[in-house]
Amino acid sequence: MSIVLPNFSYHRPVTLSDALALHGGSDDAMFIAGGHTLLPVMKAGLAAPDTLIDLRAIPDLQGIDIADGLLRIGGGATHVAVSKSETVRTAIPVLAALAGSIGDVQVRNRGTIGGSVANNDPAADYPSAVLALDATVVTDRRSIAAGDYFTGLYATALEPGEIVTALTFPIPASAGYAKFRNPASRYAMAAVFVSRLGDGSIRVAVTGAGNEGVFRWAEAEEALARDFSAQALDGAALDPDSLIGDIHASTAYRANLVRVMARRAVQNQGKASIFS
Amino acid sequence: MSVILYVNGTPYRRDIEDRILLVQFLREHLHLTGTHVGCDTTQCGACTVIMDGVAVKSCTVLAASADGAQVTTIEGLARGETLHPVQEAFRAHHGLQCGFCTPGMLMMAVDMIARHGAALTEETVRDELEGNLCRCTGYQNIVKAIMSASAAMSRPAPASKVAS
Repeated sequence: MSIVLPNFSYHRPVTLSDALALHGGSDDAMFIAGGHTLLPVMKAGLAAPDTLIDLRAIPDLQGIDIADGLLRIGGGATHVAVSKSETVRTAIPVLAALAGSIGDVQVRNRGTIGGSVANNDPAADYPSAVLALDATVVTDRRSIAAGDYFTGLYATALEPGEIVTALTFPIPASAGYAKFRNPASRYAMAAVFVSRLGDGSIRVAVTGAGNEGVFRWAEAEEALARDFSAQALDGAALDPDSLIGDIHASTAYRANLVRVMARRAVQNQGKASIFS
Repeated sequence: MSVILYVNGTPYRRDIEDRILLVQFLREHLHLTGTHVGCDTTQCGACTVIMDGVAVKSCTVLAASADGAQVTTIEGLARGETLHPVQEAFRAHHGLQCGFCTPGMLMMAVDMIARHGAALTEETVRDELEGNLCRCTGYQNIVKAIMSASAAMSRPAPASKVAS
């Protein structure tokens, strides 16, 4: 086998405080849960921590429940746990369906919602849900509003050594998600999460398409607030220059995909609609 | 570090470098080379094994992370000379050609059938093979083989065997 990971010291703490102490005691430590982004990055020589701290054995990061009217999902919950949870399916069914559309069976068995949100991959699914549902990212030291959390491509408000312990989601009046997958990689080329929050306000979050990662499409929100219909989106402005243009889709084509996915998300509230 | 993994029912204690991947542990430390490495980037699924009851891609799991785990590989399917029903079905339906993806396909098939039982549909099979790439069969015979194995494993045993 030609691929060799750079060497590191591996630790599997069973408490949050031990994990934090390990990180604090190391010059270049990284946290690992499922490892499905970090290990490929390390194989590619793009990261070489001297310490890897495995978070999967920490009970505080697990669990899915309703508390104080909010859906709480532990940062360590795997995608399969979220997709199969009766609690999630009852509270926010589209979120369970979104989780079930991530990667494939084997990846969903390992990948975690906390890891996905901490990484903020521009084509990841969860960031759009977190943003459109006005969720809160709870860490070992504070709570961060979704709108303040995603700060750019692969960038978040997390400080070094900060751990996503949970996400809390208000229960929306309705919500839908539509994703157009890259036919080869299967990551989102354009995906849109549309929600009507409990207070009646509209949120539209786009992933897979933005130059700066996940973003709220304000013009679509305004259009849908006036008229919650697919047709209302026809006139919503979307600057192609704010979108990724690459070998798979030009900026103009991606803009069209975003609009089509937004329409599908509006038309199919309660569902995750997946297209290839 | 020292790890102990229970592979195909046998405990293996080994001192390894922390950076060893599960697939490297299986192939290089235990010489169980039935688990293949195709892409090493979590795409092709040739490295699929069952770890603590769920299908995972062993190229993206650290062996250290699997310390204490139960792991089933392709070598754990047959009972001596008797093929597992999934293996038998792949043979009967010509569900392989070059065979490179086959260990991953078989392990994924076993997992699928365990989870869905008699309720497994062709659509579900196609959906859940998302993580397993094949470059030479065109998948049709793989799907047939899995549906056939699912039916065989769901069939009630003949009365005479039940009686004994």
